[in-house]
Amino acid sequence: MRRVFAIGVAATLAVLPLAGTAAAQQQNQPKVLRVALTTGIDHLNPFTAALAASTQVGRFVYEFLTIPSADKAEAAPALAESWTTSPDKLTWTFKIRRNAKWSDGKPVTAKDAAFTFNRMLTDETARTANGNYVANFDTVSAPDDTTLVIKTKTVQATMDLLDVPIVPEHVWAPIKDLTDPKTDTVAVAGVGDGPYQLTEYKQNEYVKFKANKDYWRGAPQVDELQLLVFKDVESAVNALKQGEVDVINRLTPTQFDALEGQPDIATNKAPGRRYNEITMNFGVQNNENQPIGNGNPVLKDLRMRQAIARAIDSQTIVDKVMSGYGQLGGGVVPPIYRNYHWDPARGEARTFDLAAANQALDQAGYRKGGDGLRTGPGGARLELRLTGHANRGFDQRVAQYVSGWLRDIGISVKQELVSDEELNDRTNAGNYDLAISGYATNPDPDYALALHTCAARPNAQGKGGTTDTFFCDPQYDQLYAKQLAETDPAVRAGYVKQAQARLYSQAVNVVVDYDNALEAYRSDHFSSFQKQPQPDGAILEQTGYWGVYGAVPADASAAADDGGSNTVVWIVVGAVVAVALVGGGIAIGRRRAVPADDRE
Amino acid sequence: MTQSLTSDQAAAITDPDERGGGSGTAKFVLTKVAEAIASILLVIVLGFFLFRLLPGDPIAFMSRERPTDPGQIAELRERLGLDKPMLAQFGNYFAGLFQGDFGESYIERRPVLDMIGERLWPTVLLVGSATVLAIAIGLWLGIRAAWRRDSFFDRAQTGIALTLWSVPQFWLGLLLLVATGGLFPSRGMHSPDAAPGFFPQTVDVLHHLVLPCVTLLAVFYAQYMLVMRSSLLGEMNADYLTTARAKGLREDLVRRRHAVPNALLPTVTLVFMQFGMVVSGAVTVEAVFSWPGLGQLTYDALHGPDLPVLQGVFVVLASAVVLMNLLAELLYRVLDPRVRTA
Repeated sequence: MRRVFAIGVAATLAVLPLAGTAAAQQQNQPKVLRVALTTGIDHLNPFTAALAASTQVGRFVYEFLTIPSADKAEAAPALAESWTTSPDKLTWTFKIRRNAKWSDGKPVTAKDAAFTFNRMLTDETARTANGNYVANFDTVSAPDDTTLVIKTKTVQATMDLLDVPIVPEHVWAPIKDLTDPKTDTVAVAGVGDGPYQLTEYKQNEYVKFKANKDYWRGAPQVDELQLLVFKDVESAVNALKQGEVDVINRLTPTQFDALEGQPDIATNKAPGRRYNEITMNFGVQNNENQPIGNGNPVLKDLRMRQAIARAIDSQTIVDKVMSGYGQLGGGVVPPIYRNYHWDPARGEARTFDLAAANQALDQAGYRKGGDGLRTGPGGARLELRLTGHANRGFDQRVAQYVSGWLRDIGISVKQELVSDEELNDRTNAGNYDLAISGYATNPDPDYALALHTCAARPNAQGKGGTTDTFFCDPQYDQLYAKQLAETDPAVRAGYVKQAQARLYSQAVNVVVDYDNALEAYRSDHFSSFQKQPQPDGAILEQTGYWGVYGAVPADASAAADDGGSNTVVWIVVGAVVAVALVGGGIAIGRRRAVPADDRE
Repeated sequence: MTQSLTSDQAAAITDPDERGGGSGTAKFVLTKVAEAIASILLVIVLGFFLFRLLPGDPIAFMSRERPTDPGQIAELRERLGLDKPMLAQFGNYFAGLFQGDFGESYIERRPVLDMIGERLWPTVLLVGSATVLAIAIGLWLGIRAAWRRDSFFDRAQTGIALTLWSVPQFWLGLLLLVATGGLFPSRGMHSPDAAPGFFPQTVDVLHHLVLPCVTLLAVFYAQYMLVMRSSLLGEMNADYLTTARAKGLREDLVRRRHAVPNALLPTVTLVFMQFGMVVSGAVTVEAVFSWPGLGQLTYDALHGPDLPVLQGVFVVLASAVVLMNLLAELLYRVLDPRVRTA
């Protein structure tokens, strides 16, 4: 029987931790916000942290010079109270606020900011995560504690939204090697000035923070923040239902629909930062203007590309593939960034019209054969390869729809859905006709636009540059350069829109839609979150810390009920387990009771 | 203890020299060890070049969705040694291995050996506990099923085992998660709210271990059960069992002392072969329960592809398989005298 007792004790011990949390909830102690993380964390070190979740950790821990505002996602004061530019737009002066403190009590000064940028200019490793922001810097200096002066080599429009966490000089200056593992520890990365202070980090499992009581904007209402790593979104959804986590993002439309209307769960559908597109190989070239790849030459004909664009019904894709959780596409800057987003005017838009597309192809001389398929200039049947991600439901279904529509205008489509790596290789080398693609964009439109400049194309070896469309057009590049050099927001927005219009006119890609960010949270634990942009933006899918900083806990009573029901469940399970164990124990005991002389 | 051994077992522990196989055994062991070393070397070479055949440019992956100019990319390529010829890269890699340097991860920019080291212990804990339980439960059920062959118990157990064996692990895992409705944590190995101190932390880990371990166990035990069952069935009509019964031994002693030890041999091989393989089998379960083990590391690394990590995991896992096979061969020789003299 001793064995049965031991098993019983073990079972009881296994129960204890949960009983403990239930009790804690009932006593309504520190208010904890648990966020499900479905992407990995590589580093805490803000200089090397490159993955999205790590960047997010940096946002909670460190303040930035400026951050995208909660209401419009546009540059707003943070560590810098204000900023000015010189008439030649090469010198930027930031006024650093006086009332900010590091979590070890030392004041935050302009010297810390100067140290951060100078370290990035002199140390290759320090440029790992955000090097692109300083590539064009000439000098950075801090003439006094509240003034930061940055001189750039050429005009740089992204200066008012440098996405670089500012670190404390007194902690980081003594660290000579930024790849040192100790830079990923709480002792080093835990000294911050953001809304939350890092307290514990278990790699690949979770990150814990406590509210920074000295935060210059004021302490968050939540006492503790936990980011819990989930490798599987389905498990994370289950954890939300069980109340193990409070907020979750990156849901699929199916998961989102299933969560809608569930008790104590609220859903949030927000405009996303990502565009989905179908790109066309218009005879792509590398950055030395040599043709590369094996694209079908028929796509060099603008009339052909425009006809194809007319034959893609974005509305159907949004409705049927995205279950309605997307917005119709226009330019490459999504509508979440209102000031820079561009939609074609009514007359210029290529609306879905199979008859018009057919007619345009007839006029262009692509004759239809008896089987309804057209022939190209050499008399060959028109067949285009459509490549995409084999493992993405979106690509699988879009490929089906697009094949159908193109068949209707006399073009046969061969679907080639392949692995992510293979797709990358094919598109980098120009070995495709049509490709399903897409990019996530930043609040600053520079990135989305840069993807389509001549300079972004790969070199002769197929390496270098990050191009999306291989677009290379002097007119577009000129508009791109103008917007980059323009610091008046309204004038810059004008160039940004013109650049998108130019890209659209050449029909090298069709922006199908902008995905919605689909999120859900426990409404019994939290009554609201600060969204970005307002009023109907995202909670977690932000470029900022507003969501977790502005989280408002719900009344305590709801949470206490939850703890109670958990305890009851536990008692029932305990009883079942005990019965099973005792039953098994008796069976084992009986076998042991064979008389000794019966043993051989 | 010695009195209760069967003649076969007694033979197994007698000094091998008595059988005149002293130098033979040494030679056998040396040959097997040399073979194992050769296999591991082959794994290192193959691993390096095979992974180079994977489509995908690590630099393109690292710079995807991030604005990177050609200068930065060239810098990155040089830093990772990707600008050098393939053979030179291999030379560096091979020389590094002997100094315990498995290279640096492209994605995390950390030494691969550190990353594997961190992930090894959780996987060993999860897979190890599931395997030990699976062996115990599988053998026990297998023996019972064989002894009562064609009974309801036998048919039911075989049916259940075959069903669980063919169920996808991730699906079973998710099902358990939903069915247990929050009784056990759904992710990771540690709870951020667990009290500090050795005892509460241990209990916390055990609490997290329950679901992934049960999932693996449910799938693992079937093969032990089925192998044990069929192997025991093969022994059932042997003459020595009739002799034992004729001596007037109780039925369960005939089973425990005579039939089972002889039927165990094929199972021992299976156990050791499986020990090497199970880590890869844990990939899906680790993903469902976000268990921070090697399976997950491999899964993430494949997406890069993070070549140094993949190579490292490949070398470590393949070496484990080779070592376990070596152990199985050596142990089999100890356990079964027929192999030794042959």
